[in-house]
Amino acid sequence: MPIETWLIFILGFMIVGSIIALELKDLLSAVISVGIVGLGVSIAFLLLEALDLAIVQFLFEIFALIILVRAFVGKEYHIQQPSTAHKIQILVTVMALGLILALSINIFKLLPEFGDPLFTTAKHYVEHGAAETGSANIVTSIILDYRAYDTLGEVTVLFTAILGALSILRGVVDKSSGGNHETK
Amino acid sequence: MVIYILCFALLLVGIYGILTKRDLIKIILSLGIMGYAVNLMFILFAYKRGAGYAILVKDKAVTAMVDPLPQALILTSIVIELGITAMLVALAIRLFEKYKTFDITKIRRLSG
Amino acid sequence: MKPSEGMTLIVKTVTRISVWLIILYGIYIILHGHLSPGGGFAGGVIIALALLNVLLAYGRGFITRWLNIGFLHDLESSSAAIFLAIGILGMAVGGGFLANFISHGKLFNLLSSGTIPLLNIVIGLKVCTGLFVVVWTLAIFHLSDKGEKQ
Repeated sequence: MPIETWLIFILGFMIVGSIIALELKDLLSAVISVGIVGLGVSIAFLLLEALDLAIVQFLFEIFALIILVRAFVGKEYHIQQPSTAHKIQILVTVMALGLILALSINIFKLLPEFGDPLFTTAKHYVEHGAAETGSANIVTSIILDYRAYDTLGEVTVLFTAILGALSILRGVVDKSSGGNHETK
Repeated sequence: MVIYILCFALLLVGIYGILTKRDLIKIILSLGIMGYAVNLMFILFAYKRGAGYAILVKDKAVTAMVDPLPQALILTSIVIELGITAMLVALAIRLFEKYKTFDITKIRRLSG
Repeated sequence: MKPSEGMTLIVKTVTRISVWLIILYGIYIILHGHLSPGGGFAGGVIIALALLNVLLAYGRGFITRWLNIGFLHDLESSSAAIFLAIGILGMAVGGGFLANFISHGKLFNLLSSGTIPLLNIVIGLKVCTGLFVVVWTLAIFHLSDKGEKQ
C-alpha cells in the first residue's frame, strides 16, 4: 500500500481517538486515549522516516502518561463531575471550527503535493554533514553541532519548566509536612 | 493534500477541546493534542518521496535523504512539551489544593 | 496509615533484575547517539523510566534511602552549566561558541565526531535527573496530601 493510505488511516484514527478522549466522562479512559493518539504520532513518524523522532515520541508519551495517571487518577480527585458548556455554545464552536476548516482548503491547495519537500535549506546539511562533523546521524549533527545554540536554549527552557513545576509543588509539600510535624 | 487537511483537522479538535471543556485536565489533554498536530505537520512537510532516513549506514551507498532540519527542530519541541505538561499538572494540583475543584468556571467565580 | 511499601514480591524481584538492563540500554542509546537513532533525549528518558520503575515497585521510602535526591537536584542544575562550559571552551579553543573543537575522528567509530558525544551525555544527564525529580516531587506531594486528609 502507498504511504498516503497508511497516513490517512492513522490520521483518521488519531482524530477519532482524540474526540473520544475529550468526550469521555471517565478520566482514566480519557488519559489512555490521548496516550494512544500519541503512539499513533509515533507510528506516523516511523512511516515518514524520522527514526529519532519515533523513539523520542514513544518514550515521552509513556512518561507523560505515567505523570498524568499518577497525578490525577486518585481517589479524592474528580469525584464531582465539572459542569459542561451550554449546547448552544458547543454548537456555535463546532460550526465556527468547521467553517475555518472549509475555508482553509484553498490554502492547502497552494502547497506542493505531499512528497515534495517544502523546505530546501537542509541540502548543505545532508551533503556535507557527515564530513564536517564526523557524525553518522545527520539529525544529531544538526542539534548538537550546527544548531547547538538552539539546543542550549532548549535545555534552558526545560530547566525553567521543571524548576517552575518544582517551585509550585514545593510550597505545598513544605506547608503540609510542617502541619504534620505540629500534629505529631 | 488530504493528509495536510486531516492534520489541520486534528489541530482544530484540540482547539475545540480548549474552547468547550470546563475541566482543567481535559484542557491539558487538548494542549497535548494540538502539540501532536503541529509536530506531525512539520514532519509531513519534510517528507520526500522515495527518500531514506537521515542516518548514514556503513557499507551502504548514500541515497536521497529526507529533510533532517525539521526533525531536529521537532526533537527539541517534543521535550519541551513534556516539561510544559509537567508544569501544567503541578499548576492544576495547586489549584485543586486551593479551590477543591477542577472546574474553571467555579475557579473563576471564587477568585472574585 | 502506613503506606504500603511498594508492590508484591514478584514485582520486586523482576524489577531488581530488569532495572539494570534498562539502565544499560539507556547508556547504550546515549553513547551511540551519533551513530544510530536515539541520543541524549531518548536515553535520558529511558534511564528516568528505569528509576521510575524502582519508585513504583519499591515505594518512596526505599528511593530516599537508595538515591540522594538532593544530589540529583544538584546534578540537574549543574548539567546546564556544564553544557555552557563546553560552549565557552569551544569559544576559547575552537574559535566560536559551542564550536566542535575536538578531533572528529573516523566516521562510524564510537569515539568520533568531537564534542557531540560529550554534549549527548550532558543532555542525557539533564533529562534523566530533571524528569525523575519532577515525578518524585509529585509522589511526595501525594504522600503529604493523604497524611493531611487523615
